[in-house]
Amino acid sequence: MMARVRVLLVAAMIAALPAITAAQTIAITGGTVYPVSGPKLEHATVLIRDGRILDVGTSVTIPGDATRIDATGKWVTPGLMHANTTLGLQQVGSVDATNEANHAGDINAAFNVAEGIDPATPLIAIARLEGVTTAVTGPSSGLVAGQSVLIDLLGDRIESMVARSPLAMVINLSESSKSAGGGSRAGVLEALRRLFTDAQEYDRRKADFRKNQMQALSASAANLEALGPVLRGELPVVIDANRQSDIASALRLAREFRLKLIIRGGVEAWKLAGELAAANVPVVLNPIDDIPSFDGPGARFDAATLLQRAGVSVVLTESQSGGPRNLRWSAGHAVRFGMSWDAALAAITLAPARAFGADDRYGSLERGKVANVVVWSADPLDFASHADHVFIRGIEIPYTSRQTELLERYRKLPPSY
Amino acid sequence: MLRSSIMGLLSLTLAGCAGRTQPATPSPAAGPSAKTTTLSWERSQYPSTYKRKPNPPVFIRNATIMTGAGPEIARGSILFREGRIVAVGTTLEPPADATVVDGTGKFVTPGLIDTHSHLGVYSAPGTFAESDGNEATNPVTAQVWAEHSFWPQDPQIPLAIAGGVTTIQALPGSANLIGGRSATLRLTPARTVQEMKFPGAPYGLKMACGENPKRVYQSRGPSTRMGNMAGYREAFIRAEQYRHKWDEWLKSRKGNPPDRDLQLETLADVLRGRILVHNHCYRADEMAQMIDLSHEFGFTIRSFHHVVEGYKVADLLAREGIAASVWADWCCFKMESYDAVPQNAALITQAGARAIIHSDDPIGIQRLNQEAAKALYAGQQVGIVVTREQAIRWITANPAWALGIDSVTGTLEAGKMADVVLWSGDPFSIYSTADQVYNDGWLVFDRHDPRHQPSTDFNLGIAEPGVGR
Repeated sequence: MMARVRVLLVAAMIAALPAITAAQTIAITGGTVYPVSGPKLEHATVLIRDGRILDVGTSVTIPGDATRIDATGKWVTPGLMHANTTLGLQQVGSVDATNEANHAGDINAAFNVAEGIDPATPLIAIARLEGVTTAVTGPSSGLVAGQSVLIDLLGDRIESMVARSPLAMVINLSESSKSAGGGSRAGVLEALRRLFTDAQEYDRRKADFRKNQMQALSASAANLEALGPVLRGELPVVIDANRQSDIASALRLAREFRLKLIIRGGVEAWKLAGELAAANVPVVLNPIDDIPSFDGPGARFDAATLLQRAGVSVVLTESQSGGPRNLRWSAGHAVRFGMSWDAALAAITLAPARAFGADDRYGSLERGKVANVVVWSADPLDFASHADHVFIRGIEIPYTSRQTELLERYRKLPPSY
Repeated sequence: MLRSSIMGLLSLTLAGCAGRTQPATPSPAAGPSAKTTTLSWERSQYPSTYKRKPNPPVFIRNATIMTGAGPEIARGSILFREGRIVAVGTTLEPPADATVVDGTGKFVTPGLIDTHSHLGVYSAPGTFAESDGNEATNPVTAQVWAEHSFWPQDPQIPLAIAGGVTTIQALPGSANLIGGRSATLRLTPARTVQEMKFPGAPYGLKMACGENPKRVYQSRGPSTRMGNMAGYREAFIRAEQYRHKWDEWLKSRKGNPPDRDLQLETLADVLRGRILVHNHCYRADEMAQMIDLSHEFGFTIRSFHHVVEGYKVADLLAREGIAASVWADWCCFKMESYDAVPQNAALITQAGARAIIHSDDPIGIQRLNQEAAKALYAGQQVGIVVTREQAIRWITANPAWALGIDSVTGTLEAGKMADVVLWSGDPFSIYSTADQVYNDGWLVFDRHDPRHQPSTDFNLGIAEPGVGR
C-alpha cells in the first residue's frame, strides 16, 4: 500500500515538472558560452523559451519579444549540478527538528526523501546565488540509506522542485555502516547479499508472500519492493566507499547483482581506476578531502586527474562547512592538480547528469534541455568571479537570500531595526 | 637556555610575557632561586627546545612580493640568511653564497599563521586514541595545557605545511568554559612538541561561549548562557584572590609561600596580562557579555574566535581592540552559526577592527589563502572597500598580532624571521600552490623536490610522502 502511494506521488511529481516554468523568452547575448557538450563559443547567444533552451550558437536569430541579457565579456555555463547534498532536508545541522535526511534503522530502501524537503529552507537561495541550480539531495544514515532525488533549486512546492524521484538508491559500504553487519565489513556484505537475494525472491514470488507461504525474509515488503528497480538495473545505486578494499567490494557486488553502480567518496578510487573505467562506474569525488583515516588513508590531490585519464567519469562534489556554494571551487581545485578546465566544468555539470541518467534534460547548454544557465563575471572555477545572472528553468533568480538580507541590515552600524 | 637566533629580538619585544623558558612563578621578578633547594614554581617550566635548522642564504628574485606590511611589490626580490630577512626590494643583488630562486610569475608572502588549530590534539587518523583536545570533565580546566596532548606525528601536520603554514596556535577544544592553555608552535617536523614551541611566544587561554559548554554540561551545569557567565565569574573571582595572595607573599617572601594551584596559576597570569585570551564566541550579544566580563576582572580579550556575528558588532570589536578570527563562509551547522555572511571578514575590516581568517579544521588549514580569497571577493562583490593588502594580513600579520608574535614574524620586513612562502601564482587564485615554504629560513617544503616533502611516521607504508600533492 505504502509503496503504491509513493509510486503515485512520484508520477505526480514528474508530470508536474513542465507546468511550473513561466512563459518567457530570454536571449543571453555576447558572452563566451561553455555548452560543455561541445567546444566554447565566443560572442554566442543562449536563447531560452518557456523554461527550455531553444538555441545556442553564434548566429542565433533573436525573437523581437525576447528579454535581452548582455553577457559581453562574461562566461556563460550550464547551471551547476551538486551531486551530494542534503539541500531541502537539512537547515541547521545540530537541530534535529530541521533534519529530514536520516531514517532510523539499517535497511531503509523504501525511504524516499522527497516528502521531507522544505522548499522554504534559506540554504537553497544561498547555494543558487553561487550558480548551483540543481542538486542531488538524499538520505544519509543506515546501511541502505534510502532513495535520493534530483531537485531544481526553484519553487515553493516539493512537486515543483523535484525533477526526478527516485534518482538513486544510497548504500553505505564505509566504516560507518559496519554495525549493520555485526561489526564486520564481511558481515555487511553478507547482509547485503541476503537482502538482495531476498528482494529477488520476493519479486519472483509475490503471490506466495501475500499468502504467507514463504520463509521469513530479511526486510519488510516495502523495502524489498523498493529494491526491485535497483536489481533490475533500472535505478542507479550510489555506494559510499573510500578504502580500496571497500570499492573493490562494491564492484564485486555490482557484478554479482548487475547493479548500475556509482561510487561516492572514493578516496582511494584512483588505485582501481582501470577497473572502474572498465566497469563504466562513475566516481563522485570530493577532491579536497585528504585527511588520513582508516576508512581511506590514501588520499591524493590529483585523484580526479588520475581517474579521468584512466577513462573514469569523474563527478566533483564538496562537503565543506561553508555549504554547497563551494561546489565550483572543487572543480577549480581539480584543475590546480592536473585536470583540464573543460573536464572540471563537466565534472560539476554534464558528468553528474550522465552518472544519474538525467543528461536528457540537464548538464549542458543544448537545444531542448532545461534552461538552467549561469552568467559569470569571470572564470567560475576561480575566486575572483561571481554569478551575475542565474536562471533556473528559464526564470531569473533574484539576488536575495537570508545572507544578503542580514548583510544589508548590518552594513551600517548601528542597524535600524 | 634559549639559543635561538631570534632571542635578542624577542627579549626586547615580548618582555612581560610569560616566555616558555621562564619559571612558572607568578612573580614578575622571580628567577631561579639562589637557595640550594628550589620549589617547582621557581624552575623553568616545559621549556622550548626549538632550534633553527641550517639553510644556505636564499635570494628569491623577480617575484610579486606581498609583504603584509605595505603595498605589493612587483618584480621584487627578497634575501634571507640564517633565519632572518635581510632585505626586501626591487634593486637587490644576490650575494655570491645565496641560493637564487627564480620567482618570475610567482608570488611571495609571509608564512601563514593559523590562530585556531587542533592539529596534534585531534590528530588523524581520528580514533579515540588521538582524541586529546577536550578535557571535558569539568567546565573550568584552566590547568590543562594543549602542548601536553600535542602529537608531533599527526599526519595532518605535513598537509598544513604544504599549504604554506609556518606557525599555529594549537588550542584545546570548546567543550569547556575555560578549556586550558594553548601552545604556539612552529610548524616543522619534530619528535617532540618542545622542539616546536615558538620561543618566547606568550601562552594563550582558550575560553568558550555559548552552545558547546551548555550542551556538554547540560546535566550537571552550566546548562544555560547565564550559567556560563556565572562559571567564568566564579573562576576569575578565585583567580583574583589567588593572584593577590601570591603577589603579597612575593613582596616579602616571608613564611611559607601560598599553596600552588595549577588552575588559578594560569588564570592569575591572564589577570597579569601575560597570557592572551582566545575566546570561542559566535553571537554578537555574547561577545558584548564577554567584554563586560573582561572589564569586571581587568583583563583583555586578545581575539574572539569564530565570531560568526562579528559583523553585527564590528564597531564594538574595533573600539575594544579585539581581533576577530573568522571563517570565510562557514554557516548553519548550529544555531549560533546560522547568521553567517561571507562578507564578515570584509565588514569587520571596514569597521577598523583586526580580522583574521582561521581554520579550526585540518582541511581548512591547508587553504587559508583560498579562504581569505573567498572572503576578499565576497566583500568586493558587494562594494565593501577591502584590499588585497588587507586580505593578506588576515592570514599573516593579524594572526601574528593575536598570538603576540608580530614583532618577530607575520610580515616580510628586514629583521623578522624568514617565514616565507613562494607561491606558483597569485595566492588568491585557486590555481596557485605553495611551491616552497621556508620556516625560519629552512626549506621545510618544496613541491618540486621530494627531498623537501616531510611525512610523519603514520604515513609510512600507507601513503607515499608528497605523492599527488
